[in-house]
Amino acid sequence: MSACHGCDGCSPGGVVEIPASVPVKTVAVVGPPNSGKTTLFNRLTGLRQKVANFPGVTVEQHTGVMELPDGRTLSLIDLPGIYSLAPRSEDEQVAYDVLHGRRSDTAKPEAVLLVLDSTNLGRHLMLAAPILALGVPTLIILNMADDLRNRGGHLDLSELSTQLGAPVALVSARSGDGISRVLDFLTGTMAKPKPTELPVLQDVPKCREWAGAVGSRAAYRAPIPPKWTHRLDRVFLHPVAGPLIFLAVVASVFETIFIAGGPVTDWMQGLFDNSGNWLSARLPQSILTSLLLDGVWRGVGSVVKFLPQVLLLFLFIGILEDSGYLARAALIADRTMARVGLQGKSFIPLLSAYACAVPAIMATRTIENKRDRTATILIAPFMTCSARFPVYTLIIPAFLPNRGLLGPFTQAAALLGLYVLGFVVAIATARILKSSILKSGRAPFLLEMPAYRWPTVQSLSLRLLDRSKVFLRRAGTVILLAVVVLWVAAHVPTQGGHAPKIEASLAGTMGRTIEPVIKPLGFNWRIGIGLITSLVARETIIATMGTIYGMDPESQRMDMQKALHNDLSPGGAVALLIFFAFAMQCFSTVAVVRRETGGWKWPALQFAYMGALAYAGAFIAFHAIG
Amino acid sequence: MLQLSGNNAPAEAVLTTLVDLHKGDAGILDRIDLPGDDARRLMELGFLPGARVTAGLSAPGGDPRVFQVDGSEIALRRETARKLKVRVERRKSPRTK
Repeated sequence: MSACHGCDGCSPGGVVEIPASVPVKTVAVVGPPNSGKTTLFNRLTGLRQKVANFPGVTVEQHTGVMELPDGRTLSLIDLPGIYSLAPRSEDEQVAYDVLHGRRSDTAKPEAVLLVLDSTNLGRHLMLAAPILALGVPTLIILNMADDLRNRGGHLDLSELSTQLGAPVALVSARSGDGISRVLDFLTGTMAKPKPTELPVLQDVPKCREWAGAVGSRAAYRAPIPPKWTHRLDRVFLHPVAGPLIFLAVVASVFETIFIAGGPVTDWMQGLFDNSGNWLSARLPQSILTSLLLDGVWRGVGSVVKFLPQVLLLFLFIGILEDSGYLARAALIADRTMARVGLQGKSFIPLLSAYACAVPAIMATRTIENKRDRTATILIAPFMTCSARFPVYTLIIPAFLPNRGLLGPFTQAAALLGLYVLGFVVAIATARILKSSILKSGRAPFLLEMPAYRWPTVQSLSLRLLDRSKVFLRRAGTVILLAVVVLWVAAHVPTQGGHAPKIEASLAGTMGRTIEPVIKPLGFNWRIGIGLITSLVARETIIATMGTIYGMDPESQRMDMQKALHNDLSPGGAVALLIFFAFAMQCFSTVAVVRRETGGWKWPALQFAYMGALAYAGAFIAFHAIG
Repeated sequence: MLQLSGNNAPAEAVLTTLVDLHKGDAGILDRIDLPGDDARRLMELGFLPGARVTAGLSAPGGDPRVFQVDGSEIALRRETARKLKVRVERRKSPRTK
């Protein structure tokens, strides 16, 4: 494979201008990471974009619709950030295939917007050779024009255009400066330079040499290094202050999503409960009303209530990433994470998993290395999420009095122990994965430190909007289906037109069916029903046990804890806690893992592994304690 | 890991690795002792033979460290930095950290 893929486009006339009479329909946005490609894409498409995965791979596909001044619309594809067109990583393979029209799911782009960082043109121009060699009409967009100007850089735009044989535009995607030139290009009204002959570039040093030569002929003067980035790095990467700031940032993320976000989640829960009650008082009593309110409304509500927490988390991650601090945080965390075979960028997602594994798994998108990303996804659900918390706080006080060696701290110590247990198993799993199926091999860890920038409101809000769409879409599909199925299981067979007692229902039958399997763990069929319903979301077991006992989990908490003694021995209670610590009882997580890993392979493996671990752990605990 | 360079390097330069550069030290990249694809990835980021690489700030403990090369700042772990051989001017005065 030739180094720069320059071969097929070396003929004169490698650059073709868009004929104004033939409307362009599909345009690809290409560029190296940190070139501001996504900012430009956001500016051009605004709200009219959608995110999906390219079928069969884990690469995200951002597509958007853009309206031109002449009223035509065209479709924009934001390709993953690439350094070269040599298809080695999955990202590069997708970019290569799309640009060559080799993906059946994506139309071959009829024009390309190549986004490069004008403050680092020497290196970024290397990508221009293979892109221009494609022979597709290409506009070279030199982004971050404001930085170039402010820091004393210079460039002869028309000479660069002549040298490259392609139109060039100097823009600032953040401020919108120069965007009109992009529109000129897309409407076909931009002047076309004479095509130039591109060299055959076989290796990276020659590519770089060519880029340097083109730059110097265009009188390119690199800007002085960003002053503020250096000043801030002296603080953020200070041997003492750096780690302290890191801890403070981590603590405030944790505080916000877990402690401040918690009450908001409770408020959302209340909102769904109250509106459900309000509706139930006004709608005629029927089996259909029950399905809609107890099934759909409360079931979907149990997922949607996490939305504020999810948004807070992504607001934080968005600020950290867009400002450039995330790269520094990853640098500081890297050595600790490397001990378990992971890397610095796994840290924030794993921390987020203490709130909820779903946004945490979505947050792993910042990890470019696929194996590290998969490993992080696979261990994230072991972190003690907020859905486990109510289960722990119901069971622990029921079986563990606050006396003995640790006195009034016994229950808190048990709770902490469960947090530690999840963490330890996650670390052990990461080690196993990273030394076996997800071994990184020799691939070096590289982390580019971008210059610090102010995050823009537009980019942050588009990110939040996109994340909420992903989150809500799942609540409306997979989760909806699961709650309806469970509701049906709890309501058939009907007895004289009424719902049966839970013992007599299909769910009860299922509980009895699985009893032989769970008996060795110290669980009877009633706990079995709870385990089945908690597959949707862990905390559902509380409501289910409430239904079985005919008690309200909120107001009759003590009675419920007493009733649990009829169904669980102390050993069984410990076994149940351990089961909840390990098992992947969360349809949302399974669904998001499937989405993020592009198939059923990883979620199936994860579900089986976590389930086996939960069973084994609970078995040992029950038999050790009795 | 310091050793005198061979015939192809100027007499006053020594061949060492990026790991041995302290903050603020610079060297000219000589070669990358990594398999083809990994070396290519580094070259695409600017680590080309002949390029000037300056050691910058690091995570606590010095690993990973940020290196300035070709207008970018790239952090490398020690295990990788060890594979990048650089030529540095030998200092006459004793090195201070």
